[in-house]
Amino acid sequence: MATPDRVSYWNKTKSLMFVMLGLWVFFGYVIHMFVEQLNTIVIFGFPLGFYMAAQGSLIAFVVMLFWFARRQNAIDEEHHVNED
Amino acid sequence: MANTTSTTASGGDFTSNLGRIYGLYTGGFIAFIILMAILSAMGVENVVIGYLFMGFTIVIYAVIGVLSRTMHVGEYYVAGRRVPALYNGMATGADWMSAASFIGMAGSLYLLGYDGLGFVLGWTGGYVLVAILVAPYLRKFGAYTVPDFLSARYGGNLARFIGVIVLFSCSFTYVVAQIFGTGLISARFLGIDFNVAVYVGLAGILVCSMLGGMRAVTWTQVAQYIVLIIAYLIPAIWMSTVKTGIPIPQLMQGQALANITALETAQGIAVHHITPFVHGGYDAKNYFLLILCLMVGTASLPHVLMRYFTTPSVREARVSVAWSLLFIFILYFTAPAYAAFAKWTMLDLVASGLTPENIAEKAGWMMRWAAADNTLVQICGKAATDTAAIVAACAEKGVTTLSFADINLNADMIVLATPEMAGMPYVISGLVAAGGLAAALSTADGLLLAIANALSHDIYYKMIDQNAPTSRRLIVSRILLVMVAVLAAYVASTKPSDILSMVSWAFSLAAGGLFPALVLGVWWKRANSTGAVAGMIAGFGITLFYLVMTQYGADFDKATPNMELWWGVKNISSATFGLPVGFAVMIIVSLLTRAPSRDMQDFIEEIRVPRGKQMMEEKIA
Repeated sequence: MATPDRVSYWNKTKSLMFVMLGLWVFFGYVIHMFVEQLNTIVIFGFPLGFYMAAQGSLIAFVVMLFWFARRQNAIDEEHHVNED
Repeated sequence: MANTTSTTASGGDFTSNLGRIYGLYTGGFIAFIILMAILSAMGVENVVIGYLFMGFTIVIYAVIGVLSRTMHVGEYYVAGRRVPALYNGMATGADWMSAASFIGMAGSLYLLGYDGLGFVLGWTGGYVLVAILVAPYLRKFGAYTVPDFLSARYGGNLARFIGVIVLFSCSFTYVVAQIFGTGLISARFLGIDFNVAVYVGLAGILVCSMLGGMRAVTWTQVAQYIVLIIAYLIPAIWMSTVKTGIPIPQLMQGQALANITALETAQGIAVHHITPFVHGGYDAKNYFLLILCLMVGTASLPHVLMRYFTTPSVREARVSVAWSLLFIFILYFTAPAYAAFAKWTMLDLVASGLTPENIAEKAGWMMRWAAADNTLVQICGKAATDTAAIVAACAEKGVTTLSFADINLNADMIVLATPEMAGMPYVISGLVAAGGLAAALSTADGLLLAIANALSHDIYYKMIDQNAPTSRRLIVSRILLVMVAVLAAYVASTKPSDILSMVSWAFSLAAGGLFPALVLGVWWKRANSTGAVAGMIAGFGITLFYLVMTQYGADFDKATPNMELWWGVKNISSATFGLPVGFAVMIIVSLLTRAPSRDMQDFIEEIRVPRGKQMMEEKIA
């Protein structure tokens, strides 16, 4: 069961998970802690801090998920554990 | 859509033609909207347009429900596991976006400004957790229900039983909010009493889910997504075009925000729409805790997780989460724009010079809403049913010119009332009502199915009668579905709270009760049965305790004072306490008791890789 290949597969999967988790913390929380500072920048009438919560972080989440699906799939194939 | 697995004859034809079928359906729906617009222009009465919109869409859902009826267990519980990623994403979008997203959210954004964005962030970012921590692994396991997984991973029916209790509590709270939403829409647009309207909405929910289980719910939800997204985008595009000349509300929101700030300053409103952490008691702490509870709740809600049991493979499950969020995103990044344009319109109305005498003439829609339910529109602190009532209430307070603050609109009516507020033709109101109904019905279907499946599959089949024949299991499931639905309708008719609060409670209950057990079950081999049971009881217990004690108090009497908030944390973020306690108890108890067996560790290894047979195979009936 715990062959070296499986261990390496799981380590890569874990790393990808932690990268995603880090990005999630950044776009979900960290950036919004600086909302007042970001709000001093205004683009097309949008204060940037408001924009990030209304649209920016959402776009980041969507892009992250498509990237994750591709990345994880590549890891699966590399370790021959993808579905037939 | 290519179909790789073997299918039954009718199912195969259907799944390979999905694009054409739903394309035709969308065209048909748009043609129907145009027909309604023509009828309306010819002078057909508004209430008739309302009936036609709601009647026509419900009939469509019912037809899909009847066509998808099934007596096959795999079809009933997981739609035969051959829903393509994109369509499952769409169905999840409808399953997810409830009355709270469609009706409640933009209203809350209107009232709370920046601080309402906590809901927007919380209800999208959670999908990251779904994709990376939970859904693909549960799909590999091959469960029918979330408690199925808990039982297999934590060896036995105790974990299953606690899982069912948590599932029932959060899903039931959630479904009450949906039926409340359908009641609200029916009361206003069909002009029937709220208490009756609740049961009318219930009938609409039952025709979709009862006959065909997950299969019917899936294909109905795809249809409902199309209705709700069209209904949400059109008024926003309309307002953007009227106000700015450019039909992209998401982009023109910037201009709306600038105008709101200018109007607020001119009218002497100190608390600006865009200022963070000042509205409705959402300080920075409550804002971030709410986001956390909603995100973690997303990754724990059984009716969402079970949607990913229906995809053909683990790989498709992952892609499907991304599609889900994309379809949800389309509505969620429109909601703040919707709110901004509605607020701009209202501020303009106030700036045009409102007095207690002329408001009934300038904004007749307020009187109609106040007449539907006297808590929805209050002017000078009293229900605004007619000019006389408004003049009397304002005279008492010494108000001669109405300011923005004197007009109190309920969050749950703002989206539904916006077409009238912005002077759109009534056909748009009918469309928005049909969209709100689609959102509430689709979520209620998913929730009722989650509850009925847990009761029939986990309690009846797995715990009471393992030899029950398939036909009896499916009949038991349907009977339970109707019973739960009627009970939920009864609770909804008592108007327990507003939609957004009820839904947020459901998220906290799911997060506190299920998240640690689900995540550690996959990611930590050392987690064992005793730890999971203790962790679920502790996490769920604390969350429920905090919620009930701060909302109702120990005596369930609203008149007596309730428990003080702990550190000022609002009870819609109750999982703030349940989540860390659940994790801590589960980890400590697991470490103090025996490690899981060798077999269990191998089982976890297998869940972690996509290749190989799914772990739980159902006997084919």
